[in-house]
Amino acid sequence: MTDLPTSRIDLKSVLAGTSPTVAKDDHSEGMSYLQSVPRRMVTLYMPLAIIVFVLLFPFYWMGLTAIKPDEQLLDLDKFNPFWTWNPTLKHFHKLLFDSHYPLWLWNTMYVAVCATILSIFASVLAAYAIVRLRYRGAQWVGGLIFLSYLVPPSILFIPLATVVFQYGLFDSPLALILTYPTILIPFSTWLLMGYFKTIPFELEECALIDGASRWQLLVKIVLPRAIPGLISAVIFCFTLCWNEFIYALTFLQSTSNKTVPVAIVNEFVDGDIYRWGSLMAGALAGSLPLVILYAFFVEHYVSAMTGAVKE
Amino acid sequence: MADIALQRRTARPPIREATAWDQLRTNRNWLGFWFMLPAMAFLILFLAYPLGLGIWISFTDAKIGRPGEYIGTENYEWLWGDTIFWLSVFNTLLYTAVASAIKFAIGLYLALLLNENMPFKAILRAMVLIPFIVPTVLSALAFWWIFDSQFSIISWSLKQVGLITENINFLGDVTWARICVIFANIWRGVPFVAITLLAGLQTVQPSLYEAATLDGASKWEMFRFITYPLLTPIIAVVMTFSVLFTFTDFQLIWAMTRGGPVNATHLMATLSYQRAIIAGQLGEGAAISSAMIPFLLAAIMVSWFGLQRRKWQQGENND
Repeated sequence: MTDLPTSRIDLKSVLAGTSPTVAKDDHSEGMSYLQSVPRRMVTLYMPLAIIVFVLLFPFYWMGLTAIKPDEQLLDLDKFNPFWTWNPTLKHFHKLLFDSHYPLWLWNTMYVAVCATILSIFASVLAAYAIVRLRYRGAQWVGGLIFLSYLVPPSILFIPLATVVFQYGLFDSPLALILTYPTILIPFSTWLLMGYFKTIPFELEECALIDGASRWQLLVKIVLPRAIPGLISAVIFCFTLCWNEFIYALTFLQSTSNKTVPVAIVNEFVDGDIYRWGSLMAGALAGSLPLVILYAFFVEHYVSAMTGAVKE
Repeated sequence: MADIALQRRTARPPIREATAWDQLRTNRNWLGFWFMLPAMAFLILFLAYPLGLGIWISFTDAKIGRPGEYIGTENYEWLWGDTIFWLSVFNTLLYTAVASAIKFAIGLYLALLLNENMPFKAILRAMVLIPFIVPTVLSALAFWWIFDSQFSIISWSLKQVGLITENINFLGDVTWARICVIFANIWRGVPFVAITLLAGLQTVQPSLYEAATLDGASKWEMFRFITYPLLTPIIAVVMTFSVLFTFTDFQLIWAMTRGGPVNATHLMATLSYQRAIIAGQLGEGAAISSAMIPFLLAAIMVSWFGLQRRKWQQGENND
């Protein structure tokens, strides 16, 4: 859709910070030597520091609140609010042993894993068919799938609620496992199509002549070569599932079935002014799995993000 | 020779006719159909069908637990005279316009900054993306706490500095509440815009800048006549996504204000949830969410045709 007129985006280099462009290959620093250090201080480091501070402060605050004792949380004048010398794990303890938090965490994980597996399976087949089988109308179907990516859940949740109710799936994790793929399939199909296109067609032709079936082609030739794409798609699907809110809020009712985002918003928000510690502990514990996953697969995240946009 | 060739062929067992089973197994179109089946099943059952159903429900008086009857455009007529609905439309447009514009400006600025050479570049880029990774609701809760009316750290800091004497009622005041949710939305959206634009920036050849420097171009001219034109295609796509997801935002608002104070932050999505699920008026809620469709189509059209124009400007085909 939007082929940049210049060279292809090299995704790994985006995060590694090594630019793929010609001038950087000779280890020179481009034209940045023209700028003096004080000038760079004002035009580069200061604004960058401010933006990064604003972007990360909520997490610092979340983490700090989660380990502060209650009396320090609410008394801003007696204790320095930006630091604590006696951290406590009380809030996490309450989370783990006095609430359904572990169960919610498990629900979220279960739904995310199942929905991701289903979506990846369906997307791999669909992407392969669109790119390689090129059946009649494949281009057209590809366009439709892209369009369906633009249909937001906030338009669909009301009719989906009635559908879910009709099928008797209301208040069951299955409702989420079956509806999340509608968000995930368009995205991951589009992403995988991009990866499949880069695999040389000749490899498959050879295998076809040797008598391989289409299924064998897909499993033994295409998939092993599209593993980076698969990882990107899996991670992104998983993140989207974890992040999804409106379907989970609408389709689930009983406390024990809820996913982490919904449960925290609904179950932890009572009138108690001391709730903040456990609320933030819950938010932190709910974010950590994704942040850890992210730390391991930064490159794949970025390639998934930009991959969905660049085609 | 021809005779021999003919004899050979008849001597061999005749080639088996392709059975219906063979057709199903190897014909390109049928194979395509089988491969598409799982994805299509999901998308038709849980996306296309509900999309149509939603529009149908908006023409009925359905309530929770009771299938409705066709009542024509009554829901829409009712909404037409409903000031809260119009307020939510206004809020949604304001929220989308302000948040998208600022997200674009800061995102582009951040991408330009991150594109410079500096130490710890990789770690910095990875950290910038974190707000995008963490589930929106959970970071919205952090903002809820930061914007607390009594214990807000911002109010406290400003009081220490001496800028204000009273706590700011961040989420209780109409204007402040709007500013706060827009701020939280920008905070979450900037990393996405910045990192995707950064990927675009890295494809721009440095030789172009060198040539421009030799020609005496200023920093601004380099940005205006090299960076920006080369980035437009990716900007158009990123902003389409950004506008779409901002327009249909639900979770941020629901976690921070639930539409309050006095409906000042109700977006169309949150209003439709409140009317349809909490109040049980499915028909009315569906009418509100169906009313979002024309806006979304308009947003897609604008960015799409913007994109086409840029392509043509760069001397490419309008394919």
